[in-house]
Amino acid sequence: MRQSFRRMMTIVRKEWLHIIRDPRTLALVIVLPVMMLFLLGYAVANDVKDIPLAVADLSHTDTSRTLVDKLTVSEFFMYTHAAQSENEILAMMDAGIVKAGLYIPESFGRDVSTGGVGTIQFYIDGSNPTIAQTAQLAAETISQSMSQEILIKRLERSGTGMQLGLPVDVRMRYLYNPDMKRMNFMIPGLVAIILQVQTLLLTAFAIVREREQGTLEQLIVTPVRSWELMLGKILPFVVVAFVNVVMTVAVGAIWFGVDVVGSSALLAGLSLIFLLGSLGLGVLISNISKTQMQAMYLASFIMMPSFILAGLLFPRENMPWLAYYAGYFLPVTYFLEIVRGIILKGADFFTLWVWIWPMAVFSIVVFFASVLLFHKRL
Amino acid sequence: MSSEKSVQATQLTRKFGDFIAVDQISFDIPKGEIFGLLGPNGAGKTTTIRMLCGILTPSSGAASILGFDVSKQTEEVKQRIGYMSQKFSLYNDLSVSENLNFYANLYGIPREKVKSRIAELIEIAGLQGHEKQLTRNLSGAWRQRLALACAIVHEPPMIFLDEPTAGVDPVSRREFWEMIYTMAGRGVSVLATTHYMDEAEFCNVIGMMYRSRLIALNDPDSLKDEMRGVLFEVDCHEPGRAEKILRDLPTVQDVVAHGVILRVLMTDKTKKVFLEKVLTENEIVIDRIERVLPTLEDVFVSLVDQENRLHVRAEID
Repeated sequence: MRQSFRRMMTIVRKEWLHIIRDPRTLALVIVLPVMMLFLLGYAVANDVKDIPLAVADLSHTDTSRTLVDKLTVSEFFMYTHAAQSENEILAMMDAGIVKAGLYIPESFGRDVSTGGVGTIQFYIDGSNPTIAQTAQLAAETISQSMSQEILIKRLERSGTGMQLGLPVDVRMRYLYNPDMKRMNFMIPGLVAIILQVQTLLLTAFAIVREREQGTLEQLIVTPVRSWELMLGKILPFVVVAFVNVVMTVAVGAIWFGVDVVGSSALLAGLSLIFLLGSLGLGVLISNISKTQMQAMYLASFIMMPSFILAGLLFPRENMPWLAYYAGYFLPVTYFLEIVRGIILKGADFFTLWVWIWPMAVFSIVVFFASVLLFHKRL
Repeated sequence: MSSEKSVQATQLTRKFGDFIAVDQISFDIPKGEIFGLLGPNGAGKTTTIRMLCGILTPSSGAASILGFDVSKQTEEVKQRIGYMSQKFSLYNDLSVSENLNFYANLYGIPREKVKSRIAELIEIAGLQGHEKQLTRNLSGAWRQRLALACAIVHEPPMIFLDEPTAGVDPVSRREFWEMIYTMAGRGVSVLATTHYMDEAEFCNVIGMMYRSRLIALNDPDSLKDEMRGVLFEVDCHEPGRAEKILRDLPTVQDVVAHGVILRVLMTDKTKKVFLEKVLTENEIVIDRIERVLPTLEDVFVSLVDQENRLHVRAEID
């Protein structure tokens, strides 16, 4: 047993030397998660606002101006271009200068003030569905609330003397993410993805590299056992992955203001369980890859679905049923729920149990399978 | 008892799918002997070594190292063998002493002895003063000596060397073989593969492999004696035309061109005058014809030739 431990630590020391002797890779390993954080933070997670809007107001009345004001005050739209006709709006949409257009016909103000229905035409560029959906929702909400105000005024004027209010008043309150910032959704997800990508790739590469260089052949003739070799090779990467997690969470809290509401110890402990499975997958990949190239492609087969199906970028609830259920086969799906639960909601172990047990089962099975299947062979 | 034999291989065979890489080879290596495994690339030398080291499992047949079965008693075998692979599997981003230290710890050299053993190995390999140098910056010959030092860190009584001198200059090759000799003198047995025929002369016993089979097994001198036929060296004008003419003679087994000099292998009864007569009749000017002793290369070429003829005949049948 003491000899076993010594051999394992010999591998760990050697692996550590590889890591620090290759400062470029080390830099990438450390910089990559931070880069992903900033990329997602600034490029992807931006909420939709200031949609450029062209307005052709042929009505020139108070009512039409109020409508335009309400739209532009909302931050969803920015009044960037004034147009004189419907065709001019369409031309600007074609050119991509504006993403939305509002056409108010001459008769609008008169129709509304005489108690009729004022029709307006709203154009939305549907080529980016995210922007289009936001624009549609915003335009509908704003025009509805304006309609209500006008309706109430009409009724009040008709002289019933009553103070009129709407019969149903819905009060919304967002729990956990009161400002509805997408960054709060992204940072916890990134923790999961970074753990998955880093450990999977680094472990697979570290083992396949020995096979490629021919040093694995030399190791086979030494008394080192398969499990000693495997544990010795993955332990340094557990440390690296943990440094990454701490960095991501720290940058998320300090720079983006996403604090960890729940227990950091619980987060660390569950990350470790998730790591086991991810490292195990890396070892399994290295088992069937002869070159680092092959390992890279095989890893993509696990990484791409993790990005998409597990619900990092898009909510799983909106996916077709096949994709939705396929997500349950990825351990990162459970881990995402866990990380978001701890960081955003401050959830505890028992609340998260429904997500913890499937992930733990997966991790332990994969890890032990990889230990058993890992052979020192060519 | 088999314990006097360092290696004992019986009908050792390895198949990769339909391809037979090593076909029923049997040999043994007595203690302290240097055994040379010769043959062209792809003959099965490396596969043979890998089976003996426990890297590949034999498809059939058996082998034992110092009395331990290679497929069953792998742990016992591993402690007793040193293996240096073709590619000098060293870690390029580790220094000379870090490489040695790594293997010393893997082989479980007692901690208090690690330092002195490494110092000793550095001296054997002649790498004093380069302990801190990264392996990637070493020359081919130095990497080779470091690879050997790593392979013998645990003082194995049996060493396997797979093309140890590939890509190394002639002077360093000779120095390397002197190291091997010194070790053999201390009772260490060595199995080395090579395709340098001059290196084969350093070996006590030679096994020649061709097309997955062991086609000859003996000491170098006996192999030369056993060679059938008489060898002549012919130095003449128009060697190209002369080669064609000689090749067509029924008593000529083989003609090999060494630059402008032809080495002609004749069946036993042929005399020098016969060759002179044939060439003169064809108006070829002869500078020199003399009978020479065969080298191992000649032996090998002649054996391969015989083998190919048997092969062709077998295919026709």
